[in-house]
Amino acid sequence: MLLAVLSGLLFSIAMVFFGKGLKAKWSPLLLVLPPVLFTFFASFIPFISSGNIQLQHINWVPSLGINFDFKLDGLSLLFTLMITGIGTAIFIYARKYLKGHPYFDRFFGYLFLFMSAMLGVVLSNNILLLFIFWELTSISSFFLIGFNNDNADSRKSALTALSITGLGGFFLLASLILIGNIAGTYTISELINSRDLLLKDPLYPLIIGLLFIGAFTKSAQFPFHFWLPGAMKAPTPVSAYLHSATMVKAGIYLLARFSPILGGTDYWNYTLIIVGGITMLYASIHSLFRTDLKGILAYSTISALGILTFLIGLGTKEAMIAVSVFILAHALYKATLFLVTGIIDHETHTRDITVLSGLRKVLPPVALAGILAALSSAGFPLVTLGFIGKDLIYEATLTFSNPTLIWTLTGLAIVTNIGLVAAGFMAGITPFVGKLPQQFEKIHIPYKGLWIPPLVLALLGIILGIFPAVVGELITNQTANTIFGANTNSHLAVWHGWTLVLFLSLGTLAVGSLLYILNKPSMAKLAAIERFNVISPKTIIMGLGSKIMQFSSWYTDRMHNGYLRSYHLKIILFAEAVLAYKLWVSGPIYIDFWSLTYPDLYEVAIVFVLIGALFLILTTPSRLTAVVSMSVIGYCICLIFVIYSAPDLAMTQFTIDTLSTVLFVLVLYKLPGFVNLTNKKVLFRDALVAISFGIIIALTAFKIWAEPINKDISNFYGENAYILAKGKNVVNVILVDFRGIDTMFETVVLSIAAIGVYSMIRLRLKSSEKE
Amino acid sequence: MKSPILQSATKYLLPILLLFSFFLLLRGHYYPGGGFVGGLVASIAFVLHSFANGTEATMKILKHKPLSLIPVGLAISTVSVTIPMLFGLPAMTGLWLEEPIPVIGMIGSSLFFDLGVYLVVIGVVLTILFTISLNNLEEKN
Repeated sequence: MLLAVLSGLLFSIAMVFFGKGLKAKWSPLLLVLPPVLFTFFASFIPFISSGNIQLQHINWVPSLGINFDFKLDGLSLLFTLMITGIGTAIFIYARKYLKGHPYFDRFFGYLFLFMSAMLGVVLSNNILLLFIFWELTSISSFFLIGFNNDNADSRKSALTALSITGLGGFFLLASLILIGNIAGTYTISELINSRDLLLKDPLYPLIIGLLFIGAFTKSAQFPFHFWLPGAMKAPTPVSAYLHSATMVKAGIYLLARFSPILGGTDYWNYTLIIVGGITMLYASIHSLFRTDLKGILAYSTISALGILTFLIGLGTKEAMIAVSVFILAHALYKATLFLVTGIIDHETHTRDITVLSGLRKVLPPVALAGILAALSSAGFPLVTLGFIGKDLIYEATLTFSNPTLIWTLTGLAIVTNIGLVAAGFMAGITPFVGKLPQQFEKIHIPYKGLWIPPLVLALLGIILGIFPAVVGELITNQTANTIFGANTNSHLAVWHGWTLVLFLSLGTLAVGSLLYILNKPSMAKLAAIERFNVISPKTIIMGLGSKIMQFSSWYTDRMHNGYLRSYHLKIILFAEAVLAYKLWVSGPIYIDFWSLTYPDLYEVAIVFVLIGALFLILTTPSRLTAVVSMSVIGYCICLIFVIYSAPDLAMTQFTIDTLSTVLFVLVLYKLPGFVNLTNKKVLFRDALVAISFGIIIALTAFKIWAEPINKDISNFYGENAYILAKGKNVVNVILVDFRGIDTMFETVVLSIAAIGVYSMIRLRLKSSEKE
Repeated sequence: MKSPILQSATKYLLPILLLFSFFLLLRGHYYPGGGFVGGLVASIAFVLHSFANGTEATMKILKHKPLSLIPVGLAISTVSVTIPMLFGLPAMTGLWLEEPIPVIGMIGSSLFFDLGVYLVVIGVVLTILFTISLNNLEEKN
């Protein structure tokens, strides 16, 4: 499984080297990976559908609890099949859609990265690993939204999406760490045993609150939904893949995954019901006012995500069955509609439904795909998977555990679904019916690679809808069991008899169709609804964002003015404040004068040399003298290290001092002549700061000396250096072994400094290259 | 600062100091020394040489830009950190050869880590110093 997850990453890296060659001749090679992965995961179906779970464990950083732990169960299986299956369709489609694009290779690189990250999210059995992949999906989504990077709108939307989902990621990380600390494990399959511990913890509301923010930002729930319509700036295959079928469902996945661990409380259920309810209703109504095909689809996607959140909030057996089926049904018909939209856009260069009509005459297979998907989205009875999904939703609301709310919730679901029926028809049927305008008569059927994928996905929605029992047996029953945390005994069927649910479904379809016929979207309506933008969450959150920007630029001006002396002053003042506070709090200092020994003669000598050098630095008018005196001080300290038997420190101090003097001399050469600009006031201030720093450091030294020393740490290293790391020099063993990662990153920092100096001096831009 | 005394002295000092720096690197695991100090001593050796003979002459001895030592060093460290993972051990686990090698002594993956640090330090110090000093020379001309 590790290889299956990482293969996308490897392909992505390979694109860097072989991308140019793949652009032309070898581009069919790109299409190999997703079907192979699909087959791989599909081969697990018999194993998983009989109720088994596949686990894999590979050590990564065991000391931090981060390991490659993978788990394939019913929930993961549904998602992996969607990611790789719909991925196959998207890859075939995108190869033709972006044919000849200058950044063709780059696009597929991002797409592979995304697929890999998304598989990682749904397969991780370790919550920290899950988080790493979670962030990777945000990053790949950022690149894909901003793919047309010469368009300012694209760049802005990409940034908005990244900042919203990235911000959510921070909250999620906080929540995951809290969960790990309380449960004592980061492994998802073990967390379920700590359920009682987690629910009883006083931090429980905080944990789920943070988790919700993470899931809501990712899955575009109110009030964080606004990044998703902006994300539609991405090329259409991306919208279909990331922003409707897979990535935005990562938040849903998270909620579903944690539902058996953290769910089932009032906090959990009612928060999800309220947020999901608001989102689904708000977005469903909004979608009716859009005239851009992608805008309609974006809002109806948000609404569908709201429904899923709402269903997980209901938390009943029936709701979980509905979640498992609706995820699949929605992915199939929404991906189809997006791909159809992409073809229309590609051929007619417009996505405005007030202009588009009659395209069935010139694009018959595309029209078939679009209409089938629209029917599935509307829940056309007996023959579509959407119908099964819709039935299950009503069944879930009608069997909710709190009887007083049943009709409110069902009503909410009905209104939302009526809107979605109309929105689906607007996107899937409007462009194809009616009279064909003259300007579209010349259009021909596009490449097979473009229209076959959506048609296959649309047909799948129908076939699976006719044989829902098969889908249930093979996949979704186990998904529902996983989310519910117990056996749901679900049996999907097309026909349940003349039940209330069936009448609700038919009523929804009828009213939705009527609404579709009556509602004629127009620019005027769009303008009317945009008047409310002033109070929309987007405006409020973006306004908050710009306030933060203002604050940070004010702060930067204050704290980072670029003068070395000002930085030094601030750093020293801060250290003084912290140390002085600590000294003040820890009470008086007792010095046992009797235990002091007389200094040796050479110690006195060193101190005299030190003071002499110091005096010279302060009084000399020559910079060179000052630098040399500085190095004298350095060597004196070096001697003190030698006397008190710290040879490692002494050697390092000696070499560093030598080199920094050389560096100083080299830099001095560039400075203008020495002019005394300091006035009395500045001198007084600096002296004050310096003297108080000296006093505080001296007091701290006394304090440390007077306190009993805690030797646990040094004893640990002393005892274990040879046993664990086979070294006798404890200092060096700490550097290269115990704290090796620190050293590793320190060398990286050093390298960055060197590259910085090199590029500042060597790589000066010509004036023509600046901006 | 082209004094003949210093010039002839550096002719012998450069190899001796480099040898000494390598000695510091190897003994680091048991006695005072290690990659960081070793790297600094080696850089001092080159800096001394550049003082006596001019930075351009030192660059000629080095053949490659000191900047190119940095990626090499980082790569060696990284490999030594990740190699234990190939044996199914967590990253950074020290691996050791069973038998000591004559002259050098015990060899373990942490020696290679230290070697990486050694090279990075030389690369960084020389890059910073020589870049500035060459730039000064250019401005003078």
